[in-house]
Amino acid sequence: MLRKGGSLLAVLAVLWGLWEGFKWLGEATELRLGTFTVTDLTMPHLHDIVGQLFEPSRTNGPLLIEVLWDSALFTAKEAAVGFVLGAAIGFAIGVVLHHSRLLQRGLLPYIVASQTIPILAIAPMVVVWTGSRGTPAWFSVAIIAAYLTFFPVTINTLRGLDSADPRALELMRSYAASTWEVLWKLKVPASLPYLFAAFKISATASVVGAIIGELPSSIQDGLGGAILNFNQYYLSSPPSLWATNLVAAALGISFFLVVALTERLVVRRAPEHVA
Amino acid sequence: MTDAAAVSLRQLGKTFAAGEVTALQEIDLEIQPGEFISLIGPSGCGKSTLLRVIGDLIRPSTGEVVVNGKSAQQARRDGDYGIVFQDAVLYDWRTVARNIALPLEMKGWSAKRRDERVRELMELVELTGFEKRHPWELSGGMQQRVSIARALSFSPALLLMDEPFGALDEMTRERLNGELLRIWQETGCTVVFVTHSIAEAVFLSTRVVVMSPRPGRITQLIPIDLSQPRTWETREEPRFFELVTELREALHGGSGREPSLRAAAE
Repeated sequence: MLRKGGSLLAVLAVLWGLWEGFKWLGEATELRLGTFTVTDLTMPHLHDIVGQLFEPSRTNGPLLIEVLWDSALFTAKEAAVGFVLGAAIGFAIGVVLHHSRLLQRGLLPYIVASQTIPILAIAPMVVVWTGSRGTPAWFSVAIIAAYLTFFPVTINTLRGLDSADPRALELMRSYAASTWEVLWKLKVPASLPYLFAAFKISATASVVGAIIGELPSSIQDGLGGAILNFNQYYLSSPPSLWATNLVAAALGISFFLVVALTERLVVRRAPEHVA
Repeated sequence: MTDAAAVSLRQLGKTFAAGEVTALQEIDLEIQPGEFISLIGPSGCGKSTLLRVIGDLIRPSTGEVVVNGKSAQQARRDGDYGIVFQDAVLYDWRTVARNIALPLEMKGWSAKRRDERVRELMELVELTGFEKRHPWELSGGMQQRVSIARALSFSPALLLMDEPFGALDEMTRERLNGELLRIWQETGCTVVFVTHSIAEAVFLSTRVVVMSPRPGRITQLIPIDLSQPRTWETREEPRFFELVTELREALHGGSGREPSLRAAAE
């Protein structure tokens, strides 16, 4: 644990050094990469970005970090609901397709195709559809997050359910186990490492989905709203947008960590089998 | 008379790959209750396939399988046999106790009954104290003992074993051979045991079924008339060596020339 914390700090220090070193070098040599030049506008000091969090968000207003904390909680709600929804639907689709080669051959191409449609293209439609039914706007964002979440879960469910040892399947057959028993007592437990690999991808994707989903939904309360807002004021205060991105990244990382921690508690495997 | 047999195979055949590969041909065999039968033969002789046909894990192409007086399928559904594979095939995510209890869960036993039965079985296979361990914390020999306990959990009349000790070192194998015989005598079950170890087949069995490869056929049935119970001294008896020699000759002779099938079927 101590070593892990130490290496984390070391990595942060190296990243800080790279950023500040590049900034110093770029400014000293007046480096030009196309139209890109290194200035406080393109690359604010890291201490300015972190410092911005503890400045008032507007005159006499609350600190930026307090505002972003509330936004992050709002986005976290959308992402969490979207993640649970997407993971459940993704798992269910995977289980259904696993039991029917015909459906798998018929539907899988469309499921893959669904992920090639840019999220920005479908987000407005989802907002209109769910909004017309009187559901709160944040729920349509959760659905957009679910749209990004379900796919890795479906793919890994399919892979994971096939991963059961063939002799373990023979064993279940020798007990005259029903399809349902084989699924819950063998195939699902055997697929857990695959499922958690997908959950880890989906957990961060759900945060990205929620942030992007907020943009066309004109939701102001989340991190997406904050990013859009600080985007407009970038010229006057670059560190605000950077600070918001920092908070968004922290949210994605905490989602990932929750899944990783759950995996540790749930998945019992021989050490060499842990995915 | 057939109804009294534990396993009865008549004119059994199995082809794979749309008739291209003949795995088993004209298998006739009657196994009486309480017998310890070893199936032995070179790899590819279909002995594992034969075991799976008895267990209704594979359907035969021709012929008839009767287990405990019923069809193999009915016997499987009734839980008439337990099976042990070369690898223990334990569930990593279950403790030793819960691995043994798996078949009992599926048969709807109450938690209390399961716990009692698991305790008995842990004693039977001499693993008491390891209930809460996970499979990967156990040695190969211990894992296989868990697998045997699981197969015996619902007290099946028939135990099917597919090279259960093949992956173990010689010393562990000999110790487990002794344990298996003790369990066989305590439970009174019928055992069908696949092996490619000549000494193991002689030491354990009441009868040895010798098979030839491609197509898999029974070439000889050798009764093992060593006295019961078999002990460490059994392996040093002159009769043991005579039988080992007889079996070895049967194996090497059987593969070269045309086997006499009628004689094999008695």
